[in-house]
Amino acid sequence: MGGRGTHGQTHDRHGDADRNRKSTAVRAAAQRKRVHEWLMTLPSLVWLAALFLVPTLFVFAIAFKPADLFGGIGAGWTLETWRSLGNPNYPSIIWRTVLLSVVTTLVCLLLAIPTGYCLARAKPRWRRLLLLLVVVPFWTNFLVRVFAWKHLLHPEGLIKKTLVASGLLAPDTSLLYTPEAVLLVMVYTCLPFAILPIYAAAEKFDFGLLDAAMDLGARRGRAFRSVFLPGIRRGVLTAVLMVFIPSLGSYVIADVVGGPNSEMIGNKIAQRTFNDRNLPHASALAALLTLVVLAPMLIVLFGPGRNGTATGRPTPRPDAEGPVP
Amino acid sequence: MKRSRLPLYTTLAVLLFFYLPIAVLVINSFNGSRFEGGWGGFSWRWYERLWHERDIWHAFGNSLLVAVTATVAATAIGTLAAIAMHRYQSRLQRLHYSLIYAPLVVPEILMGMSLLLLFVALGVNLGLGTIILAHVTFCISFVTLVVLARLQDFDYSIVEASLDLGANWWVTTWRVLIPMLAPGILAGGLLAFTLSIDDFVVTFFVAGPGATTLPIQVYSMIKHGSTPLINALSTLLLVATFALVTAAQWLTGESIKT
Repeated sequence: MGGRGTHGQTHDRHGDADRNRKSTAVRAAAQRKRVHEWLMTLPSLVWLAALFLVPTLFVFAIAFKPADLFGGIGAGWTLETWRSLGNPNYPSIIWRTVLLSVVTTLVCLLLAIPTGYCLARAKPRWRRLLLLLVVVPFWTNFLVRVFAWKHLLHPEGLIKKTLVASGLLAPDTSLLYTPEAVLLVMVYTCLPFAILPIYAAAEKFDFGLLDAAMDLGARRGRAFRSVFLPGIRRGVLTAVLMVFIPSLGSYVIADVVGGPNSEMIGNKIAQRTFNDRNLPHASALAALLTLVVLAPMLIVLFGPGRNGTATGRPTPRPDAEGPVP
Repeated sequence: MKRSRLPLYTTLAVLLFFYLPIAVLVINSFNGSRFEGGWGGFSWRWYERLWHERDIWHAFGNSLLVAVTATVAATAIGTLAAIAMHRYQSRLQRLHYSLIYAPLVVPEILMGMSLLLLFVALGVNLGLGTIILAHVTFCISFVTLVVLARLQDFDYSIVEASLDLGANWWVTTWRVLIPMLAPGILAGGLLAFTLSIDDFVVTFFVAGPGATTLPIQVYSMIKHGSTPLINALSTLLLVATFALVTAAQWLTGESIKT
């Protein structure tokens, strides 16, 4: 943007008085436009810089601070916190977090792709109803949905009783407080986030292409794999992002339906914050989680074979006002 | 060629998966028996008990206060941001867009943790005030994107017509742009309200000891409280959600796609 002013000046030197006046008017208009732009941009820019960007970076700084005795942040700098992360518990917790998130994402895709396909091909009247049925759980309170499963998996709950009665399960097996229960509830809470973007992409897909592929001799599975899936690639990528990243940071689910052997990074952050009140330690874990989250995001945003962004917004058109660096 | 029935069966299975736990919970909220095992006959007793729980109503009041304040602030800031992003295509707006988009892809726990650190470092007293600040922060992005989506298929010739006919930018904005954007702004506000009233993770981090919102109350009931009471409360929340979603569909008509 800085280049525009100098542009105008070189122009002025060659021009006569009339052109000079015109140029001043143009420049004043441009100036006014810039002021307007800044006035409209500043509220959100300042708010998010102060309450999102700065605190996020702050986490990294606090991780190098010592804790004080009152649950606050001490003076000076230390590497002590990072050394304590070498604790043999952590690698397994991080591994479990990543593994649970990967499996959750895969299961969600496996269920969401056929569902999105079905929704997109349904007759309009049915589609509206199905969509509403998918959207309602999406809007339902998260804690209620987690609690519903705790209720269902409970030793006295419906599922346990049915399984024991049909002889599939020994009466002393616990369904709750296991990593499998955590996985199940993670899939349950994340699935609408996978279905909606995939449906949105499938809705725009031209299903005539599938018929064409099959007319040309492709079998049904082949047409689905080689024509439909590439066609909804954007939706699938958005779904991956919408499921995988929140999964990495989830802790309520493991807290409510998980046991001691299903803890995730999020649980450790909450423990260090609320139970031990060791904020630097919690910050170091949060910083670690940020790095784990950034990796898939960068791959999706800048990875190979991408055009445009994963945001669903068209790439900004070339700047009409000046050269883009 | 016959279409595969597999997608249909998957969809039906998914819907069963979605609604089975909810249905069991709703049915059990009318269970007269205190114990999960048996059916003790149809009863409203848990709802009556709920009516007399002062803590829940207090928490609900707090939640409403937070949600209304956060929604109004986030809707104003977010709408302005969306208009700015749509009207100007500059490097500043690209930066702006990244900053708006980033909170959406950051796990909630990180946002809660970092805000807690900020408030602790600044010596701010934790309470309803910090909850509101936090809620506005995560609502801005959602409002902006919803309004921006609405602007994307906005017919700009109407704005140009207004300018050509002599209205200045402010008049045009207030009397043409905002009224035409109203459905988008309303949808964004509704989304912000729902997100705020539902939020647990971020709220839990920045709440401090005194301030309790409804989700925090629900969480402590899940951890320590009586199950039938939570069933009843959950059912009420479900009914409220259903009403809100239906209202949203009705308000935005066919225009809302996802």
